[in-house]
Amino acid sequence: MTSSSSLQTQSVGAATERSQQALNALRRRHLTVNFWRVMIAVIVLGGWETASRANPHGAFFWSMPSKIAQQVWTWMVEGTSQGSLWAQIGVTMQETVVGFLLGALGGIIGGILLGRNRMLADIFSVYIKIANSIPRVVLGSIFIITLGLGMASKIALAFVMVFFVVFGNAFQGVREADRNLIANARILGASSRQLTTSVVIPSALSWITASLHVSFGFALVGAVVGEFLGSRQGIGLLIATAQGSFNAAGVFASMFILAVVALVAEGLITLLENAVLKWRPAVSQD
Amino acid sequence: MSGYTAELGPRVSSKQPAIELLNVTRSFVTPNGQMLTAIRDFTMTVGRGEFVAVVGPTGCGKSTTLSLITGLAQPSSGEVRLFGSPVSGIDPRIGFVFQQDAVFPWRNVIDNVSAGPRFRGMARPQAMSLAQDWVKRVGLSGFERHYPHQLSGGMRKRVALAQTFINGPEILLMDEPFSSLDVQTRIFMQDELLRLWETSGASVVFVTHDLEEAIGLADRVIVLTSGPATVKASYQVPLPRPRVLSELRFDPQFVDISRTIWEDLRSEVMVSYQRSTMATPA
Repeated sequence: MTSSSSLQTQSVGAATERSQQALNALRRRHLTVNFWRVMIAVIVLGGWETASRANPHGAFFWSMPSKIAQQVWTWMVEGTSQGSLWAQIGVTMQETVVGFLLGALGGIIGGILLGRNRMLADIFSVYIKIANSIPRVVLGSIFIITLGLGMASKIALAFVMVFFVVFGNAFQGVREADRNLIANARILGASSRQLTTSVVIPSALSWITASLHVSFGFALVGAVVGEFLGSRQGIGLLIATAQGSFNAAGVFASMFILAVVALVAEGLITLLENAVLKWRPAVSQD
Repeated sequence: MSGYTAELGPRVSSKQPAIELLNVTRSFVTPNGQMLTAIRDFTMTVGRGEFVAVVGPTGCGKSTTLSLITGLAQPSSGEVRLFGSPVSGIDPRIGFVFQQDAVFPWRNVIDNVSAGPRFRGMARPQAMSLAQDWVKRVGLSGFERHYPHQLSGGMRKRVALAQTFINGPEILLMDEPFSSLDVQTRIFMQDELLRLWETSGASVVFVTHDLEEAIGLADRVIVLTSGPATVKASYQVPLPRPRVLSELRFDPQFVDISRTIWEDLRSEVMVSYQRSTMATPA
């Protein structure tokens, strides 16, 4: 009795010890990963800074982290040559978000309509391929000519950038909808409309949300390139102005701001995705 | 549902069988341009409340017969009748259990089970309480809010059964529904199916390549030839009901019937096997 219970406690003790070891190993691994993440940033930025300080000629072209940080700070507190930095970010974001929403909405609706109609799909598929292979950024020039220097031309460019990506994915998602699920829904009594809303759209959703990740970046590119090509406000103009005055720090600073904006948006889209696709098995992160 | 048959009553004799396939042929063009005949001169009837199992070698066109009955596919020639009237489109009296998982992965158990009544226009509260009842009947109480990916294969099959039976089908079509399950789970599900079916009174066509499953479940076993499929033979299964499959497999009568039908099926399986090995490039 006593010996058996002591044996048991011993084995339980061993088990907790082993799980403790496993936990420690995991924690060490975590620390190593984070350490190297920080180290790489330090090495890259530090290397850049020291190299630029050692070589002022190169620094003129490549700037340096401290100057870039200073530039961002100056813009934040004193504003830019075109007005406050926040206004510039606001303008660019407005163009991006409106273009993104319109493009995504149009792409989803178009993709589902075409995906559900085999005849239309067969007819249009050739043109979709062609449209997809054209570098659409070039359309920015046309939009500036027709829609002017204001926001409309940038929204149009962001829209075009987003539309085709989302459209292609929505279309593919609809076409890939499981034939068994569709047959099952029809036999259970689903009408054509119910089939679309309760089978086709949910199964296309994972395709669509995947495309939203990519296409938000495209919307941002559309807006910035549009501003670059001709505008009165926005981050793109900030870049163009910095370029015109050989201000490398300004270009990098704008890049940094755009990256922050894109990361925040990416986070928001991931939140949306998790809310919409909560039925999916959890994918291991990291 | 019963209102529907009553409405047909004056026009159609109640002696009409549930399902008739009369000299049905179905051919289709494959993506690489070949003409393929899945079934040829196929004639089969299923009486009301009868449980018919269809066995045949893999890929012989068993599933095609089911698609024809559902109206998801049309015959190239011949006629398919349900309760005496020709099939036109998907008949609401039909229930179908698929081979693969066909429950909706984005709906939890209760929403999956209530799908049929909701599609058919039942108000949400009623559909939900009916679904609740069916979830209980298939033994999934407590799992109402689980999504399919959180369930085992057997549990997903239970969801599929509840989803089908909730519509009160008069004709139940099953396309190798348990072939993806492990052997133990399969036997449980077969017993579960018999239990549900016995209270429903539905006419069943159960397609399978598992002869023991066919004999254990059915009143009649139809053996098909290797593709294009026609009916090779039909055997009555005189085993008494209610049956318990987990015990039936050792019953001498069951073994006898299995042997007789297997003799018949074997030659077809050989033909189909030889064909498939010849088709494989060396």
